Amino acid sequence: MDLLERFAAGDLDAFESLFRQYQCAVYRWIVRIVRDPAAAEDLTVETFWRVYRAHARFRPGGNFEAWLRRIGTNAALDHLRAAPKNAPLPEDLPAPPAADVAEQHESRKAIHSALASLAPRLRIVIQLGLIEEESYRTISAALGISESAVKLRMFRAVRILRKKLHHWDVRP
Amino acid sequence: MNDQEFQELGKKLRDAIPPLHQPELNRDLWPAMLQKLNQQRLPVPWFDWLLAALAAAVLIFFPSAIPALLYHF
Repeated sequence: MDLLERFAAGDLDAFESLFRQYQCAVYRWIVRIVRDPAAAEDLTVETFWRVYRAHARFRPGGNFEAWLRRIGTNAALDHLRAAPKNAPLPEDLPAPPAADVAEQHESRKAIHSALASLAPRLRIVIQLGLIEEESYRTISAALGISESAVKLRMFRAVRILRKKLHHWDVRP
Repeated sequence: MNDQEFQELGKKLRDAIPPLHQPELNRDLWPAMLQKLNQQRLPVPWFDWLLAALAAAVLIFFPSAIPALLYHF
């Protein structure tokens, strides 16, 4: 019996092997959505907890990594939905190089606020598509929606974002 | 919005919020996972509780079913 078959049968040792194999990949994906390392660690554990609970529903012939990423994306989206609206993005991640600091700071603050005010389902598309430059195909697989639905969300998110940035006088 | 404006907006966003290409996980999360597994026992689905309640009700209201049930086991 291979690892995925043993996992689907509820074997804890198989689950541990899969956890050790994929924890870094899941963390890397989630931290790019929530942009908060501590929250991303908790969400990685939450993702694997959901995976463990759903082991009986997994078909050993299926794509485990894609299934895992989709569950991780849902956990990250739940986190964004639970966070207070307009909460600023965490600041403990690498800052852009400082040049003309004051002006850049204002512009950056406006962009953070505009992004944070978007609905989570739109914000995630902007973060993964425009900031992290993931392909529409990757985003659609992670969200479990079609590529055209991703493009539609991107279009709506960009329109709202441009309006907000224009309001704050930040020219995109 | 044309493609150039779209690219410019993307660049503006990336300047303000730099992409995290290869963020590193600094610790092993398995101990935290084990702790969560130990804390949260798997919940029994509500349907299982319903079946158990129905079975108990049948045995209480129709005790004559008990020997038949034991025979089948």
